[in-house]
Amino acid sequence: MKYKVNEKGYYGDFGGAYIPEMLYPNVEELRQNYLKIIDDADFQKEFHQLLRDYVGRPSPLYLAKRYSERFGANIFLKREDLNHTGAHKINNTVGQILLAEKLGKKRIIAETGAGQHGVATATVCALRNLECVIYMGEVDIERQAPNVARMKMLGAKVVPASSGSKTLKDATNEAMRDWINNPVDTHYIIGSVVGPHPYPDMVAIFQSIISEETKKQLLEQTGSEQPDYVLACVGGGSNAMGMFYHFMDDEDVKLIAVEAAGKGVSSGLSAATTYLGKEGVLHGSRSILMQTADGQVVEPHSVSAGLDYPGIGPQHAHLFKTGRGQYVSITDEESLDAGLLCTQLEGIIPAIESAHALAYLEKMEFKGGENVVVCLSGRGDKDLDTYIKYFNL
Amino acid sequence: MRLIFKQIKAPLGVGVMNRIKQLFEEKKNILSIYYTAGYPNTGDTIRIAEALEKSGADMLEIGFPYSDPVADGPVIQASSKQSLDQGMTLKLLFEQLKDLRKSVTIPVLLMGYVNPVLQFGVENFCKACAEVGVDGCIVPDLPMVEYEEFYKGCFEEHNLSNVFLITPQTAEERIHKIDGLTNGFIYLLSSSATTGKNLEVGDTTETYFSRIQNMKLKNPAMIGFGISDKQTFDKACSYANGAIIGTAFVKAIADGNIEENVDDFMKQFKP
Repeated sequence: MKYKVNEKGYYGDFGGAYIPEMLYPNVEELRQNYLKIIDDADFQKEFHQLLRDYVGRPSPLYLAKRYSERFGANIFLKREDLNHTGAHKINNTVGQILLAEKLGKKRIIAETGAGQHGVATATVCALRNLECVIYMGEVDIERQAPNVARMKMLGAKVVPASSGSKTLKDATNEAMRDWINNPVDTHYIIGSVVGPHPYPDMVAIFQSIISEETKKQLLEQTGSEQPDYVLACVGGGSNAMGMFYHFMDDEDVKLIAVEAAGKGVSSGLSAATTYLGKEGVLHGSRSILMQTADGQVVEPHSVSAGLDYPGIGPQHAHLFKTGRGQYVSITDEESLDAGLLCTQLEGIIPAIESAHALAYLEKMEFKGGENVVVCLSGRGDKDLDTYIKYFNL
Repeated sequence: MRLIFKQIKAPLGVGVMNRIKQLFEEKKNILSIYYTAGYPNTGDTIRIAEALEKSGADMLEIGFPYSDPVADGPVIQASSKQSLDQGMTLKLLFEQLKDLRKSVTIPVLLMGYVNPVLQFGVENFCKACAEVGVDGCIVPDLPMVEYEEFYKGCFEEHNLSNVFLITPQTAEERIHKIDGLTNGFIYLLSSSATTGKNLEVGDTTETYFSRIQNMKLKNPAMIGFGISDKQTFDKACSYANGAIIGTAFVKAIADGNIEENVDDFMKQFKP
């Protein structure tokens, strides 16, 4: 449990709850109750039933043959792209909506970047008949039009965030402001392992189903539940945390987190947080974030809206600082090329976020026969426009 | 005047009468004005402070801007963004405030978010505040536990008051804890809201204000968020030692005619 949260809400130097007093009662209510609620047998039963019958879990662990041949290792893809709504995000929203119900909340708010978390939230709100308001940056609303339409069909109100860079960071600010103004009846479903404690831990717990299943599936398929490497992309870091969760304490398993280098880490248009960032506080926790010397948050860039975030979750900052995880980055172009390669080798169009993780395979050296799990966190339907433009399809 | 001059010369920390404490001992119905440093123009920070003191403000809260001000509504966000776009930094602010105490005698607090303070360095920040004659700070996203563990010693060493916020949802036990931790005043939020909303004193707000009054806290209380004019100010004063105006003032100075706008805005509060 070396890498898990301590009783003060910290992972080593990172975490905490840096929130204005207006949010304290909400966050404190959550802190006091989340483990109690999640550990309850009835909650677990309902959560796992929904994951199975509604989300479609367990998601397959697929041994990608042609990928494996190409890289000279056994490349397994954890198929989160096959989940209902097309990404891992739904694991967390199913968990949090049940939790919100237990807390007696009537109204749900969320932030979204690519729109995947917004869709996953709007979906569970439709399912449980709760009012839903999604904050999304104006820029993202334009570049992710189909997801905006899906959210609206699902009955959610999509509110454009027009402050700052008009992307995920600002959508998160707006959602926090909404929560400040509606402290009693509203639950804020944060979509990643960011935010004040207990959010990073809570979201990690809900996403940990990814590595829980992977272990079992590896045992069935390889005779050992222990892979040599696990890889996942990191924006805020929820799919990566879900993928790492049950492997963290096994130091023989190498954890590789792939950040978005954008146009290159030194280009000024990047989202490679661990490379470019420094320790600081954003969105309620102490972590690593991209910022100026004056402590102003720097606008990130990535072709993938889901990785376009200037920070990482505090647990990732801890894994990075302790050296437990290896944090690397992949450029826009490398990720798009990897997306096409995956499509052509395996018949799977990955989300550009997930394509970042796949792209890093090209940079690894294998002795042969290693077992490598890549979290294929989402499907690429939402990214067709970007693929079409890049490849002149 | 002379007394205040002496305070500045006194050794830091020991035996210094904090200007905030003195103000609350001497005056009722205190009017505190918030404005964003470097807005509307980078060079306006001191000009606004001087104009406000001249036209009768009792205390100042100078906001140091942050790129992601989650507790603020659109007006203060926009002023922060404009100020940052024009080049404002915490370092520049302290340079601007270097001669603050040559022309401004009323208490001055700095208000802003924790990340710029962290990057500046807590120790350096407290030292710089003391050097220019800042009396206290309001850092809304600095949690009480963090303050107690890592900041309090430094704040006290430099004779800085740290002001905490409380809302209608803040539990009584926590209010007492805040009262014990601070030595300036308590910032009473009229409701749980971001800045720039209108004060509506309904039954629940009234119950909340009365509840706080009856708790007999050691610190005075100022009501903030939603106070915009003489009428809301007077109402707030009937429940607390005074009130803070932010958004309405920031709006009033937007066009850059500082002295004229400050005078116009402050006229309504003259007896």
